[in-house]
Amino acid sequence: MSAYIIRRMLYAIPILIGINLITFVLFFVVNSPDDMALMQLGSKHTTELQIEDWKRERGYHLPLLYNAEQSGFDALTETIFYQKSAKLFVFDFGSSDSGRDIGYDISQRMWPSLALAIPTLLVGLLVTITLALTIAFFRGTYIDYWAVIICVALISISSLFYIIGGQFLIGKLLKIVPISGFDTGLHALKFMILPVLIGIVGGIGSNTRWYRTIFLEEINKDYVRTARSKGLSEQLVLFKHVLRNALIPILTGVVVVLPLLFMGSLLTENFFGIPGLGSYTIDAINRQDFAIVRAMVFLGSVLYIIGLVLTDISYTLVDPRIRLS
Amino acid sequence: MSMQPTFLITDLLFFALTIGLIAFVFMVRKRPHLSRPWSQVLKSTTGSVSLMILLFYYAIALIDSMHFHPRVAQATESQYQYSSEVHSLLDVLMAPMRSRMEKTFSAPLATHSFSKEMMQGEEGQLQRDYPRLNYGGAHLTQPEEQKAADIISVSLQASAQALFYWALIWLFILWLYSQRNNQSLVTLLANVLRAKTTYPLRAIAMTSAILMLLTVVSMQLGQHYHLFGTDKVGQDVFYQAVKSVRTGILIGVLTTLITLPLAILLGALAGFFRGWVDDVIQYIYTTLNSIPHVLLIAAAVLLLQVYMSGHADDFDSLTERADLRLLFLCLILGITSWTGLCRLLRAETFKLREMEYIQAAEAFGVSKFKILMRHVMPNFMHIVIISVVLDFSGLVLAEAVLSYINIGVDPSMNSWGNMINQARLEMARDPIVWWSLSAAFVFMFTLVLFANLFADVVRDALDPRVVRGEQ
Repeated sequence: MSAYIIRRMLYAIPILIGINLITFVLFFVVNSPDDMALMQLGSKHTTELQIEDWKRERGYHLPLLYNAEQSGFDALTETIFYQKSAKLFVFDFGSSDSGRDIGYDISQRMWPSLALAIPTLLVGLLVTITLALTIAFFRGTYIDYWAVIICVALISISSLFYIIGGQFLIGKLLKIVPISGFDTGLHALKFMILPVLIGIVGGIGSNTRWYRTIFLEEINKDYVRTARSKGLSEQLVLFKHVLRNALIPILTGVVVVLPLLFMGSLLTENFFGIPGLGSYTIDAINRQDFAIVRAMVFLGSVLYIIGLVLTDISYTLVDPRIRLS
Repeated sequence: MSMQPTFLITDLLFFALTIGLIAFVFMVRKRPHLSRPWSQVLKSTTGSVSLMILLFYYAIALIDSMHFHPRVAQATESQYQYSSEVHSLLDVLMAPMRSRMEKTFSAPLATHSFSKEMMQGEEGQLQRDYPRLNYGGAHLTQPEEQKAADIISVSLQASAQALFYWALIWLFILWLYSQRNNQSLVTLLANVLRAKTTYPLRAIAMTSAILMLLTVVSMQLGQHYHLFGTDKVGQDVFYQAVKSVRTGILIGVLTTLITLPLAILLGALAGFFRGWVDDVIQYIYTTLNSIPHVLLIAAAVLLLQVYMSGHADDFDSLTERADLRLLFLCLILGITSWTGLCRLLRAETFKLREMEYIQAAEAFGVSKFKILMRHVMPNFMHIVIISVVLDFSGLVLAEAVLSYINIGVDPSMNSWGNMINQARLEMARDPIVWWSLSAAFVFMFTLVLFANLFADVVRDALDPRVVRGEQ
């Protein structure tokens, strides 16, 4: 087991190097630091000197891969690649283009993101699994038929409308909770209800339909027929046999997104003014802060890879038939 | 010629794709084993109704892709001057809606502006009141009393017109159909009414009636009113929503054009050759897939913005620049979305490779390239088609989200995402400005819903794993 995990981790290294190279090429080769400086300072009335200053302040004045002016080891370390890209491997994100420490910002902002994402995920799972199981119980009837159509209709609504509609209906018309904002500690609760609710409703369509398919696949298997022929009631079959076996694909599907919960939701956090990593990323995109976007790309990829490894491990934990080798 | 045709890059790609689609339809029709699942799609009511609505959207996008420079002045006897602006055929059809600008917001079908303004009263005194619109209901002398009656009479006339032409067209179609099948027109009509035809003709006819009614009524009302009101700068919202159709459709189909070659080629190669080829291709798609897609798109679009602000002189017009950005967006969306299909195709090729007929082909000494083209690719095409149809709606939705975070299409381009983005700022107003949002919602929801329904039918028909028949 541990040998397998170590091998999986080792396998992740070339992928991380690949991601690092892609971001490096995207951010420093395709567009030179000069272009970035011009973009930030405006292309008119900008002198060479200003550009040079802008680059020096942020450490973009170094050569890309090899510094001929330095000797020995410094020729490799005094470069943009080493200073900006290679350091990402040890999670040293450096400072943003506006001078703030990115690592510190991330450690501060991931908590609101988690506070939003975890309840959304858990309650959402509970709701959608219940719904899907109910639909599976009524399979082949009109309830099933219309439930699937409603699911398709729910999928067809853009997530933007869920947020806007929810804000309008609950925040503005009914005035139950504030429309947006955030607070520390328990006071945050009243700000969290609406985004969590919208997150759950927004996911109902696709997840319920997906889980229903999983349940139906499971229901047609031989062991379920055996259970029925033993004379077990339909409810017992569904809860005891089908649900437990169907949870394997459902939960392993959830594991892969677990690490990504840190990253938060771009849209929801932005709409509700929650100071999480999602709104951090959006702000960076709007301010065109390349350092932050670069850091978030790398962080997101690392978390995704962790999720993949966790998925593999969780398969072996829940399904003893799968051996890792 | 009162115009000078011009072709944007996306137009050309779109036309090429359309021709390709038509060729595909003809190819399928000739081969019974390919046309069987498709005729099953058409026989299902959901399938043919959704297809019809999708084609309607597609037609709007196609009309909106025929661009030209309008003529502005006659320089000499045979030489004309052409405007640098780019118009499309759709702009001509919707000319009144495009050109009639109000000052600012106005509600749907309104005759008065949405906000009060300082005006000179009848006796010359200054007062704050809602001013009349420049165009919306300008032909009415007493808007308060006449408006409702006018709208009803225009809609009724338009509906009558639409239904008349609809009936004529359908009688002709049914007459042709009855001639071909040696049926009397009356029995055919009776069958259609009782929904007893092989293809769901009744549903198709009803869908076409609804589409025709909506088109004619909205065009007629649009002559004198702003059907969905006007936005902040006074532009007709209905016009914007219709213009956005092209953006949505293009994002959906052009991305596919970029995804398919990558996914098919790499997937087939990886599954067929295995070994180091497989390792390399797997490495590429795992790496690409690990990067959160939104962030990769954001990074790429930011870099494009940097490039465009640095090379502003390279573009002849704003339209051309926006067009290039749309193409780039399709490109980057394609790069992020080929990995899923590639993985499926790789696995399928793995399976196909072990089939006897491929081993037989190998034993006969057929070259590897030929085996791939002749024996492997045609046998996984159903996966390709299913995935294309399934992905389409997701791409349309993605456009809106990306435009909302400002990494979508150019802000000057009409798109549902941009409409939502602009309208969101007006949410805080009281009374609320709801029409831009609603228009974008209605147009987008219809397209995505029927694309999803169609995708489901296509998947059921093409996927051999789905067990058909009565349950």
